[in-house]
Order: sequence, then C-alpha cells, then structure tokens
Amino acid sequence: MTTVIEKQQATDRLAPGTPLLEVRDLHVEFKTKDGIAKAVNGVNYSVSAGETLAVLGESGSGKSVTAQTIMGILDMPPGRITSGEILFRGQDMLKMTNEQRRQLRGRKIAMIFQDALSSLNPVLSVGYQLGEMFRVHEGASRKEAKAKAIELMDRVRIPAAKQRVGDYPHQFSGGMRQRIMIAMALALEPDLIIADEPTTALDVTVQAQVMDLLAELQAEYHMGLILITHDLGVVADVADKIAVMYAGRIVETAPVHELYANPAHPYTEGLLRSIPRLDQKGQELYAIKGLPPNLLKVPAGCAFNPRCDKATDLCRSEIPALHQVLDRNGAELAGRKSACHLWKETLHG
Amino acid sequence: MAEPILEVKDLVKHYPLSQGILFKKQIGAVKAVDGISFELMRGETLGIVGESGCGKSTLAKVLMNLERATAGQVLYKGEDISKLSGAALKAVRRNIQMVFQDPYTSLNPRMTVGDIIGEPYEIHPEVAPKGDRRKAVQDLLDVVGLNPEYINRYPHQFSGGQRQRIGIARGLALKPEVIICDEPVSALDVSVQAQVINLLEQLQSDFELSYMFIAHDLSIVRHISDRVGVMYLGKMVEIGTDEEIYEHATHPYTQALLSAVPVPDPAARANRDRIVLEGDIPSPANPPSGCRFRTRCWKAEERCSTELPLLAVPSLDGAAAHLSACHFAEERVLTTV
Repeated sequence: MTTVIEKQQATDRLAPGTPLLEVRDLHVEFKTKDGIAKAVNGVNYSVSAGETLAVLGESGSGKSVTAQTIMGILDMPPGRITSGEILFRGQDMLKMTNEQRRQLRGRKIAMIFQDALSSLNPVLSVGYQLGEMFRVHEGASRKEAKAKAIELMDRVRIPAAKQRVGDYPHQFSGGMRQRIMIAMALALEPDLIIADEPTTALDVTVQAQVMDLLAELQAEYHMGLILITHDLGVVADVADKIAVMYAGRIVETAPVHELYANPAHPYTEGLLRSIPRLDQKGQELYAIKGLPPNLLKVPAGCAFNPRCDKATDLCRSEIPALHQVLDRNGAELAGRKSACHLWKETLHG
Repeated sequence: MAEPILEVKDLVKHYPLSQGILFKKQIGAVKAVDGISFELMRGETLGIVGESGCGKSTLAKVLMNLERATAGQVLYKGEDISKLSGAALKAVRRNIQMVFQDPYTSLNPRMTVGDIIGEPYEIHPEVAPKGDRRKAVQDLLDVVGLNPEYINRYPHQFSGGQRQRIGIARGLALKPEVIICDEPVSALDVSVQAQVINLLEQLQSDFELSYMFIAHDLSIVRHISDRVGVMYLGKMVEIGTDEEIYEHATHPYTQALLSAVPVPDPAARANRDRIVLEGDIPSPANPPSGCRFRTRCWKAEERCSTELPLLAVPSLDGAAAHLSACHFAEERVLTTV
C-alpha cells in the first residue's frame, strides 16, 4: 500500500519553477481591548516549486501572521481575515471548506515552527508523533507508521533512529528536536514548507547543520520553501528571493543578490547598514533611529516615515504603492519592487 | 598596556548532582566552568563567545559572586573577591555591575523606572544622599538616551530597546568600573541592536568602563571587543585580540564556529569554506577525557583523548602566536571573498 502512495506522489511532483503559492492583497487584523491591530495590510508574494522565498522582518512586522494565515492556523477570533486571496496551485484556499483545508495541511503544505520543544507533545514519544502523520492521512497501521517514523528519522540524520524512536522530546537536544520537526513536515512530502524562524533558538554550529539539511531535502523534492526570519545572514545563505516586511506591509521584494547589493527601500538599506562591518571597527554603528511602530497606531502615510532620513511631506501623507523598480535606462528589473515614494533616489542615489 | 582590573585564576564552578530523597549523596557534578584564567584590563572590552551550555553565563555569575566559586580566584585590583562576604563583598560589588539579557524579566513590573534605577542607592547610600536621588536618576535616564520625565513610568510602558536602556542605567547608577554584559542585545530587534551597541560604546569612553561582553553574535562581538575569548564546555579554548581570533584562529573549534556564522552577503555563498560540525555539545556532567572538543573535532588523534591541551601560545609566527588550547594548533586558510 505504501508503495502505491509513493509512486503516486513521485508522479505528482511539480517541475521546478511551477507557480505554487500566491498571496494576493491579504489583510488580517486582530481585535484587542485597545482597538483593532492591523497586523497584515495588503501583502503580496508568490513562491514556485523549488524556490526559496525569505520573508524578512522584525517582531510585529506581520511575517508570522501571514504564515499562519496561509497555513490556516490563525486564531479566529481574535484574528480576522478582512480581504485577500491565497492561491495554492490556482485555487483560493480562503474559499475552501475546513475539511478541504485539512486535506492540504500536512500533505501539501507543512510548517516548521521556531520552538520545537513547545511544538512537540511532551507526553508522546517522537515516533508516535511522527507516525501520526501516516496514520491520520494515509490510514497506515501502527506498525507501518512506526517503520515510516524510523525511516524519516534516518533521513534527517538522527543517529540510532531505531533505538530512539520511542524516546520523548525532552530526551533530545535542541538541534535534534528541530530535526524531528523537519521530519514531521517532510513526512508526506509536501509541495510547500513554511519555516518560521527554524533556527533562531539554535546555536550557530547547529544552525548550520539544520539549514544544510533543509536545503538538501528541498533540492531533492523540489519543494517551495518560505523561510521566515529576521537574520540577514541566514537569508543571504539560502534564499532565492526576499520579501522585506515592515508594519504589516511588504516594503521591498527582490532577488537575493540584488537586494544586498543595491536596496531600493530605506528600511532595507538601514538594516543592511546596521550590520557591523570590519572596516567600521571603532566607529559608531549606523542605527535606524526610533522604534518599530505600534500596530494600534501606525503612522499616517508610509509607516516607516518617522524613522526615515529621507522622508518628505508626501511620505507623511500618502501610503506608497509597491512600485516596479526600473534601472537607470528605464528598463524593468525582474522581480524588484519597492514601496517607497523615493525608490529612485534610494536605488540610484 | 593598562594594568588588569580583574584577574581570574583557575576558576572552577561545579554544580553537584545528587541522588536520593532522604539520604542525598553526590553522584557527580555539572562542570559548568572548569578551570578558566584570564585578565580584564582597565578600559578594555573583553568579548566572550561560545554556544549555549559552554558556561559563559555561569562565568558571569561567579565573577559577580552571585554564585560561589568551587575553586580558584577572582582578583579585583589584586584582592581576591571570590571568598568575600558581608560588608566587604557589598563594597566590591559597587564596582562590578551587570546588564542582563532579557529586558522583560530583569525589571520588576511593579516598580517605577525611578525606583528600579534608584534601588542601588538604597544599598549604597553613600553614592547619592537621599535628597539628591531623584536628580541622580534623572541624570542617568538622560545619559542612556531616555526622557528624564519618564521617571514615574512602569517598565511595561517601554519597548524592548528602551527597557534595555533602563537596565543599563541601573548598572551605571553606582558608578562602577567594570560592567558585565550578558547577551545585552540578543533579545532586541535588529534595527534596535545597533542603537544599544552605540550607547554602550559611548558610555565606555565617557566613564572609562571595562566591559566583559558575553554574546553569541560573533559580528557584534568583533565590533565592540578589544580582545575575544572563546569558550567550549567550561574551558577557554582560545583567547586573543579580535584580529588574532577572527583572522588567525588556531583552535579548530574557533575555526568551525567562525565558519558556521551566516555571512550577510549572498555573493560569498558559493566560495565559502564551511566546516559543519557533527553532533552536539557533550554534557558538561560527563565531559570527554582529554580535550573536550575531540568528539567533534576532525583533527582528533589518540593524544587528544589522554592529554588535556593547555591554554598556551603555540610556536607559530605572527598573529597566530596567541593563547590556544589545542595540541595541533595551526591557522586554517579560510576562503575569503
């Protein structure tokens, strides 16, 4: 039985480059006792098979809320999707029934969370939790599920998988637990994986192991990967393209090389300039002034304007659209957009 | 070079592991800090890096005398402070202060900012007489870049970066000479980290402070430190100037650590020479014999399991000749862009 499923999935694999997920003009808000917090204000992004999209942003930028909405695990209430579409292989997931979405979750779209210890159930063995994927989605027997769990643990290179399949989450180290989370996400070989800060809780040497593993498995299965992070270093290492978020909006999208070489939004520019560089030792670091905005009272106009050195009256009154970025000769730069009234000055100045 | 303000000699901190309910007996010990020696010079910043569990926070606590050292000495201006207690300890603590990692849990939510920053004066009234305290606290708020009028606010009314400034102001209240910063920016947003780093550097030059700066972000440590020490499993494995450590590392662990740090430059992706270590840090309750890094080291030989490498200067030329605890210390040419 399992072999039939494997065959079916192998033929179902998408060729790299096929559009997988498209988020269109998504708005999400939360009702709080102090008012409505607009966490996501018109987010657009897309991922193709085999591609890695990094969503970069600080806490409160709406990056995780967007991911939870895609996954269909947003707490509603207090959350509310006010408008927008999320197209998965052409179908709007927001119009699906709960049962249809449940079919996709885990099988087609899987998620890896930041904190593996609180995401795994502490009173069930990891083997049971891994096997659950097969029992629930594929009706596998306990024995089959256990065999599958061992196979998965092997694939994410957990040593002595056979002996450790009955161990509980607390018996594993942080890096190993994150591998189990990855194994769980991979179990049904989904088309898309959303990884929300997968290595933030890990040490750098372990982070390197986990990111390598993720990249390798992604290449093997041509999965789309949405990597949510605030770490500019991790992004530079693995992403194909980047979406930078600020106060619930995408402020810039670009292919990874171009974004680091030549940002088209002052916020991105500020983030990149605030990384300590060798030649700046002993000098003051560049710091973006001020604080990230309160989502209950986002500044009028461009949300970044109070912290921006370049802000003009236009920035204080009018919300900038996500402009297509052009090079000096007026030709479109593929995949590059910036939500700044002054993107030309930022990019070319 | 300036004279050392803090000297640490063979410092050891073991936490006993016991078994049994009525008749407790010790069955082992977690060797959190296991024989560490270094000096902190006046006016310098010493960065301490290492992964979680390497003992860097325990080291900070022992230096502050928040935890009693199991063995070894901590000399402050030549006087051993690790065995002091009572009034003598109180007097020394005035000069060594700490800034904590988490600005959310290290400030009492029921106290106003004025009370939090002014609390050190309750213990050391000689620094600011009662009538002057409000003024002193307002001055401190001004120094760390907060509005002095915020003195009556509560911690929850501030953002993470502002709270960390409050924590720094509290650390400065008693005009200390040494400040131990335990991961002072790791809980902050990227765009706010740079602000706090700049503030710390500004304060250092204004008040001639010595910093011990514990962090796991290697690029920030390099930016702020004059010298850097690398810790692994309770031991100092390598220590030297920032250039010696970052450009001429000779210990395999330092090399692996540096190569694992993601570089914020996608152009460097292709030609990076990355050492990906196998496995995890062993338990400090049962560390490997000999060199503690040998279980994950690609250079390990028979000798490494029997003979503990001492922190010594290897016979190498130039910047590679700095303290390193490896039998096979040598530079590794890392691919640069």
